[in-house]
Amino acid sequence: MAGFSIRPCGDFRTTYRQDTRIFDTTYIRNAAILGIFAVAMIPFVLDGYYVNLFIQISYFAIAALGLNILVGFTGQISLGHAAFFGFGAFASAWINNTTGIPVLLSIPLAGLMTAAVGMLFGLPAARIKGLYLAIATLAAQFILEDFFARAEWFTGGSYGAAANPVNVFGYEVLDDFSFFYVCLFFLVVMYLLGTNLMRTRDGRAFVAVRDHYLSAEIMGINLTKYRLMSFAISSFYAGVGGAMYGHYLGFVSAEGFTILLSIQFLGMIIIGGLGSVKGTLMGTVFMVLLPEVMETGVSALSVFEWANSTAVTDGLAYIKEMAIGLAIILFLIFEPDGLAHRWQQIRAYWKLYPFSY
Amino acid sequence: MNFELLFQLLLNGLIVGTLYGVVAMCFVLIYKSTQIVNFAQGEFLLIGAWVCYAFLVEMHMPFWLGFLFTLLFMMAFGIVLQMVVLRPMIGEPIISVIMVTIGLSIFFQAATKWIFGATTATYPQVFETRSVNLLGMQIETAYIMSFVISLFIMAGFYWFFKYSKLGLAMRATAFDQQVAQSLGISVKTVFAMSWAISALVSGVAGIVIGMVNGVSSALSVIGIKVFPAVILGGLDSIIGAIVGGVIIGLLENTAEFVDGQYLHWGNLFSIAPFYVLIIILCIKPYGLFGTKDIERI
Repeated sequence: MAGFSIRPCGDFRTTYRQDTRIFDTTYIRNAAILGIFAVAMIPFVLDGYYVNLFIQISYFAIAALGLNILVGFTGQISLGHAAFFGFGAFASAWINNTTGIPVLLSIPLAGLMTAAVGMLFGLPAARIKGLYLAIATLAAQFILEDFFARAEWFTGGSYGAAANPVNVFGYEVLDDFSFFYVCLFFLVVMYLLGTNLMRTRDGRAFVAVRDHYLSAEIMGINLTKYRLMSFAISSFYAGVGGAMYGHYLGFVSAEGFTILLSIQFLGMIIIGGLGSVKGTLMGTVFMVLLPEVMETGVSALSVFEWANSTAVTDGLAYIKEMAIGLAIILFLIFEPDGLAHRWQQIRAYWKLYPFSY
Repeated sequence: MNFELLFQLLLNGLIVGTLYGVVAMCFVLIYKSTQIVNFAQGEFLLIGAWVCYAFLVEMHMPFWLGFLFTLLFMMAFGIVLQMVVLRPMIGEPIISVIMVTIGLSIFFQAATKWIFGATTATYPQVFETRSVNLLGMQIETAYIMSFVISLFIMAGFYWFFKYSKLGLAMRATAFDQQVAQSLGISVKTVFAMSWAISALVSGVAGIVIGMVNGVSSALSVIGIKVFPAVILGGLDSIIGAIVGGVIIGLLENTAEFVDGQYLHWGNLFSIAPFYVLIIILCIKPYGLFGTKDIERI
């Protein structure tokens, strides 16, 4: 799966099973498990601000992974991911409020509902691709946004919908501290699922559709089926991410899921690396931290006269938005393969140091 | 049935539709000659309108001079943009190209908001009379002027591609880049010029709409309204862009009429084009006049 990777001496692969392992080597596997434990320690070590950032990263990362499955692995372009994210948030709140199904169960259910909606808007994808599909999903974004504002029975219209906090076996998760672990759980599960998907027959079919859809079809891959499936899986991830977002904030309003968020999702996977599960996480971290770093940067610069002027302080929101656009453009021009590729290069550099050839 | 209102709205739709047609034409021009889908078309309008505003209001220029300077600025802007941002993108996959223009779009939208503010600004009065009476209808002078300018631009496009040397070179490049290059056409120049012309004409459209509605970031919505128009007309057809633009303009206003008179849903007119877009994509993805591309392995 990983493509290019540098492996230790004497570590040969003799079976296909070995070749498709999630983690290339035992060292990487142990490092990943240790990493998860290290992240689990965050709330004990760092203060609430960082816990909040992690929670943001986790629900965006889940949704972004869905988009990467659609865009990076299957080669279908979607400009309406934020709408599916929003649909998941509303759906989970709606399921929980009307039927009383516990939140922990309503999150995956909302994912399934979103998957159904995603398939509905993925239907044109059976016939069209590339640019046309991008425009069709753009239309889906506006139609769903309009639906959020209109469907009062479902979303509460312009008032928004209240979402109950997560309830784990009778224990209410009210503060960031415990919600952090709910997020970590979902993040790990969804990422394992995503990585595993790529090792299956279906995952390989996705990649074949991306690389050359005509050849894939000739080889017996049902294009319509796999394109729709990709849309469904992608929307499922978006729905789960959105549902977590909704239950975290406790309130879902129709204004939050604009085209700008869709573009941010695309930015995450482009900056991280298209077709890379690990890269998706990196890209999300970058995208979430970018505005925070900008803010810290501006406040650090306020010792200078010009940085204190109203043009800078009042325009901070716009500067952040500009930074997002600029980051996407610069990455596409200078590092089109994203952070995942850069990470590979850094690893290769140190592994082969000082004889890099 | 309120015929007078319907007629007024249809007339309105025709005028707005021709403006959509002009912007769609610029979009098609870029797509046809450089194979780039420009998601930042709406921002061209926005920048043109704001720059003209800056020349007229901040620098107190007379209208014709400010207008002329804006045209020059937009032309330079288009060329620089193509050279700096779009040229490295040649040969990249379609998702990268789409994302670059989307990135440009959010960058310029935020930048114009930052520089000029988020509130709506109005141009100084250009015409003496606000509205004229035509066939018993009250029509704003600015609307008539926008209609005339749109027709003028369309005629200009027709002349340019039919008779001018550069226009012929651009058509040749759109037909086959390699053949054009081997015949001594500078494809680089053609790419730069198509962006320049597109930016210039979009800038004019931006100024015209700014005169009617005032200048604000809402202008860039036109850039998104263009998609239903070009898909309806066919992505690589200039005639299709005009026809599509007019149809979408008429459709919007018809939807407003139906909504206002019978349905009372609220904002049907702004969302109707997108339903149409999805339906067209399902039935006839290559639009009314577009060429269907056949792929071979």
